[in-house]
Amino acid sequence: MIYVIGMIFISIGIFFDLAGCIGLVRLPDVYNRLQSATKCVTLGTCSILFGIFLITGFSPSGLKAILCLVFVLLTSPTGAHALARGAYKYGVRLWDKSVKDDYSEVFKQQEGLQDVENDDTP
Amino acid sequence: MRKLFLFISMFIIWLFMTWPFSPLKVQDLVTGVIVSILVVLFIGKGQQESKKITEFKRYWWAIVYIPVLVYRMIVANLDVLYRVLHPDMPIRPGIVKIKTKLQSRLARALLCNSITLTPGTLSVDIVGDSIYVHWINVRDVSQAQATEMIAGGFERILKRIFE
Repeated sequence: MIYVIGMIFISIGIFFDLAGCIGLVRLPDVYNRLQSATKCVTLGTCSILFGIFLITGFSPSGLKAILCLVFVLLTSPTGAHALARGAYKYGVRLWDKSVKDDYSEVFKQQEGLQDVENDDTP
Repeated sequence: MRKLFLFISMFIIWLFMTWPFSPLKVQDLVTGVIVSILVVLFIGKGQQESKKITEFKRYWWAIVYIPVLVYRMIVANLDVLYRVLHPDMPIRPGIVKIKTKLQSRLARALLCNSITLTPGTLSVDIVGDSIYVHWINVRDVSQAQATEMIAGGFERILKRIFE
């Protein structure tokens, strides 16, 4: 019984991963693609790992799956944030039909102030 | 006190990673202790958090936080699924600016991670106390309303946990 439930979790995870990949292909620009990739892949992978935990129980591999779940949950949004910010700083434009861009004001201010605070440049 | 707590949690994670200790190996434990001490020395000198570790109400709100996050994640996935599989792709993307009232750096990091995992939003940057959020379906609302829609619930819970 617990095996069946674990398999259901793994199937749901694979389905969401697939949806994330379709989004990666279909959506128009970097930021929208990151949205799809981050959300679906995070929940999909976490679901697969949770299914593995249910199937194997409190064994070494099951506990390592839980540990990986926590790490994926913490690092995946952080990675998406770094990619989005890096892409914007590099100069990747938003999609043509984007409605609003508040973030550009930051760079206008920085051009005026000229490296007041460069804590994030490598 | 804080370093001791950090050391204990690092050591527990190490024990999870070397779980099958049926023949209990001393060298595994010694390596774990050394690595944990090194990690604590490297990252342990962050700022002091304002609340005490022993305040138990925080942990209650931390437990409340997890099911809320999981629920919002599932909603987010169904939302992405709808937008991706719909033939016309109903998206109106854009970057909006919201304000946060949180002061603690850890709380802000968690808030940004939560924003990324919730429906239709992706946090791009923090400048001062404003967060820039890429929103896949921008609605014509004021900044305060946008803040409430994007970050409202999580901000309240994180405020109770960290401040």
